[in-house]
Amino acid sequence: MSDAVSPAALLDVRNMRIATGTGLPIIHDLSFTVARGEFLAIVGESGSGKTMAARALLRLLPTGLIQTHGSVALDGADISSLSEDQFRPLRGLGMGMVFQEPMVSLNPAMTVGAQMAEGLALHLKLPAAEIRTRSIVMLERVGIQDAAHCLGAYPHEFSGGMRQRIMLASVMLLKPKLLIADEPTTALDTLTQAEVLDLMVELARDNGTAIILITHNLGLVARYTQRALVLEKGHLVESGTTRELLTSPREIYTKALIAALPRRADTPPVQHAGDAVISIRNLSVTHAGALSLFRRRVPKKAVDDVSLDVYPREVVAVVGGSGSGKTTLGRALLRLIPAASGEVWFDGLDVLKAPRPAQRAFTLAAQLVFQDPYSSLDPRMNVGAIIAEPLRHVTTVASTEHARIVDEVLDDVGLAGFGTRFPHQLSGGQRQRVAIARALVRRPRFIVADEPVSALDMTIQAQILALFRSLQESYGFACLFISHDLAAIEQIADRVVVMRDGRIIEEGARDDIFDRPREDYTKALLAAAPRIEWKGATA
Amino acid sequence: MLGYILRRLLMTIPTLFLVSLAVFALVRLIPGDPVSLMFGDGGTPEQIARGRAALGLDQPVFVQFWLWLKKVATGDFGNTITDGQAVLPLVLQRFQVSASVVLVSVAMAALIGVTIGVIAAWKQDSKLDVAIISLTTIILSVPTFWLGLLLLLLFGLKLGWLPVIGYVPISENPWQAMLFLLLPVATLTLHESGVVTRMARASAIEVLRLEYITHARAKGLSEARVLARHVLPNAFAPTWTLIGLILGNLLGGIAVLETVFTLPGLGRLLVDGVFARDYPVVQGCLLFTALLYVMVNLVVDLFYPLFDPRVSAE
Amino acid sequence: MRRRINLLIGLPIVATLGALALTALVWTPYSPTATRIRGRLLPPNATHWLGTDEFGRDVLSRVMDGALVSFRVALATMLFAIIVGSLIGVVTGYLRGWTDRLIMMVNDAMLAFPGILLALAIMVILGPGQSSIVIALGLAYTPSVVRIVRGQVLSLREKEYIEASRMIGNSEVYTMARHILPNCIAPIAVLGTSMFGWAVLSESALSFLGLGVPPPAATWGNMLASARGYMETALWLSLAPGLCITLTLLGINLLGDALRDWLDPRMAAR
Repeated sequence: MSDAVSPAALLDVRNMRIATGTGLPIIHDLSFTVARGEFLAIVGESGSGKTMAARALLRLLPTGLIQTHGSVALDGADISSLSEDQFRPLRGLGMGMVFQEPMVSLNPAMTVGAQMAEGLALHLKLPAAEIRTRSIVMLERVGIQDAAHCLGAYPHEFSGGMRQRIMLASVMLLKPKLLIADEPTTALDTLTQAEVLDLMVELARDNGTAIILITHNLGLVARYTQRALVLEKGHLVESGTTRELLTSPREIYTKALIAALPRRADTPPVQHAGDAVISIRNLSVTHAGALSLFRRRVPKKAVDDVSLDVYPREVVAVVGGSGSGKTTLGRALLRLIPAASGEVWFDGLDVLKAPRPAQRAFTLAAQLVFQDPYSSLDPRMNVGAIIAEPLRHVTTVASTEHARIVDEVLDDVGLAGFGTRFPHQLSGGQRQRVAIARALVRRPRFIVADEPVSALDMTIQAQILALFRSLQESYGFACLFISHDLAAIEQIADRVVVMRDGRIIEEGARDDIFDRPREDYTKALLAAAPRIEWKGATA
Repeated sequence: MLGYILRRLLMTIPTLFLVSLAVFALVRLIPGDPVSLMFGDGGTPEQIARGRAALGLDQPVFVQFWLWLKKVATGDFGNTITDGQAVLPLVLQRFQVSASVVLVSVAMAALIGVTIGVIAAWKQDSKLDVAIISLTTIILSVPTFWLGLLLLLLFGLKLGWLPVIGYVPISENPWQAMLFLLLPVATLTLHESGVVTRMARASAIEVLRLEYITHARAKGLSEARVLARHVLPNAFAPTWTLIGLILGNLLGGIAVLETVFTLPGLGRLLVDGVFARDYPVVQGCLLFTALLYVMVNLVVDLFYPLFDPRVSAE
Repeated sequence: MRRRINLLIGLPIVATLGALALTALVWTPYSPTATRIRGRLLPPNATHWLGTDEFGRDVLSRVMDGALVSFRVALATMLFAIIVGSLIGVVTGYLRGWTDRLIMMVNDAMLAFPGILLALAIMVILGPGQSSIVIALGLAYTPSVVRIVRGQVLSLREKEYIEASRMIGNSEVYTMARHILPNCIAPIAVLGTSMFGWAVLSESALSFLGLGVPPPAATWGNMLASARGYMETALWLSLAPGLCITLTLLGINLLGDALRDWLDPRMAAR
């Protein structure tokens, strides 16, 4: 941070314009500066152009997009007039970039060592032994155990979080003056996200590297950056210090973004009354281990002896990192995957062992809302047909009534008149509304919602969560809400269940879990969750 | 890695068994009794019965299959009906001719096709790319046997540069042999280059879109290095599988081209065997080609992890 | 843009050749099999637009009749392979379990034969003739259809809307018919188009070898085979059928590309 006060900006972007080949503008006249060692956030939702603006800095726009105007100065020197050959050395050495999807941003056919060595060999012309030493030191620095072995391994041998560390290591190895991080942790779960970002900031401080953090997550902006730009549809809406921007936003869009941050519902949690809708008793689910010739199959317990009650009109949130078994739990209790042992009681019957008619009654009374609105709707059916399909199995309603019921539900989810559209004509949020409508049309008593908003933009997430809450009140269903996102849970849950390695490790009312967590894991999850809290001084 | 190799080798066993069963069954299904064919119209019932016993045809079918399998495993593919030659040496001798044509053209087609395909992908939607795509579409539409005929007409008959009919083994006169092989190799190379180009282009386009290519560029690598080190190896994996398929299909389909250029290859042996109703020859050719195809696929799969290390981990 | 060019070139070619074949159903300028000793090997002229062959038969009439035979055989082959292969592929891919393993084992063994070789072997058993070709080529192509359709079904099964259908309470058969099959149509249509082209090519190759449609019936393949002897003296004999095969394949390939781009917008960007 010692260089942060240096007068001349490290990066000075003036009047950047980006357009498609056909002239459609993507970025309008964007100007901003980044000081030495400064951490700047570029905030925006999908379609804001934030990623393209960052890529244009490195001249890495995808084919079809062109930067039509503007100048970029790095370290006081204009770099926009450089030829491609003159510009290339700046990539990696002047400006490094960390990408969003760790699963696809490392070359699967090259060892980690070879990929890390490339930059050093090219820019610094170091001997092989020196490259190896530096790579190992850096890998150890980012927390990779057995770094020497890692050099000879291929990317697919590592988890997403590990790959993102490797990526960070390979970029920081060159000690760039500016690090562009494009949604670097969106694909990771909360705990890993915090670890990777903390590491990134540490490394940047050590080397005096400035960071441009591109993100849609205001929580990350608050936690990690000093200044922020807000982009909307290619326009710079507002800029300023992070604190100013988040505490006293001036523009409507910024305000909307901040308002969209999930916050705890002001209503007290529903007190459960009467008998449970669903009672899960000692449920276990095992995944058969990988089939191998030489090793015996090792079955893995994905859900391990879980017991849980869900009461009428109550939202129970199940929270946990990836691999915690939360999704498996939801699918097993709906009988979409077989359980190894345990009971699921519904209407006085154990639906896992009950005769077929009782199982069917359960199927008709319980529904699932899926995570990915892009794959949960049949692309060949229109919205009306998708929503009407569950009514096939409702014998008490005449088929002449179907159209009316569908219209009603469409109205309820805010999609009146959308019946004849096809899924590909809808946005992600609209699709998720359709999926919710399909789940609700039969007025189920119980719904499992599996990460229903994690694929959506912030403002859309807020809308869908609000819609879900109000529908829950008017339709009166009980809900098991599965999510890794504590912020979303805080907004919607009455009761929270924390899962880890297939087991429930903590359970309690919403306020108890969020204000008085008992388990270390829960505390770590809460600490890692990027939330905006302005209690006095911040980092 | 070792696990992958062993698993792949083990997978070959049922395939080999089913393939031999299929070849055995196919020949049993051919109408007409091989022994009566052997004797033509001249066989007495006793002779025929003795012939049947000699061939084991009086045994139950599964015993016949087992006997046949044992003989095949020791390299005894039987003898031809027409002149009593051993089938396997004949097949192997003819195979040399087919193999030299096929291997040379596929190797050249792979080199040419992958290079052009990756360049076309790199320059996607440019004039060059459109020209390459159009050219391959046309090449792929011309049947090889017609293309062969036209080339033969031009270079053999009209210009008189190359011999039209016949063949000289490479061992006898390499120069002459090359003259005879030039046109068939050129025909196949041209055609298969089209196939490989399309595949290589499609997979290179897929790879070029991936984030790790942008990452490679963001390191400051030159375009040449990005193409050579990052695009090519990854785009080559599906192309490598395709090359295996091409090899196999050519081994089966080479008969047509050998007919055009009157080459004494394996395909021609098979077709002549069919015309002569020489079933041991037909059976031998079918079995040999099928086994070869299985082996080619095996080799392709065994080398696949070199281009995509992910598969060996599954 | 390219999609439209594909369609604009491909469709007229296929339509013209198709019309030629259909015309041959009711009318050809001359009888395609009538021989005339006097008019042998006439070059193209006003009465015989494409000349005559070594038996004095009108080449245009034979090309038209050949189109009819080729297209009939190719269409039947394609329908055979697509229908049988899709049914097996959808059922085996959706049900999985031991039926799937068994079917796929046999299927993979059949795939272990190069297609044309398998067809050739079957032709040997069945003897020459149009229906034999259909069965031989159909059986040779079916395994690849099974494989592709099964792969498609397996990937569709992972889609959440299939799970949603089960959650709704739909039966397996209903889910297969309403959600899986319609979403397989696009790849099947693309496959079917290219398969038509392969069938035309394979039939010509078999006939060229003398193992396909036997003379005197005209097909492009056997016309080319007999034209081999007259390459120098009567070039038109090899040009007409060869060009016909090439144009058919070109038209079908372009049409296939256009169809693929139209049905799969993701591929169109390529």
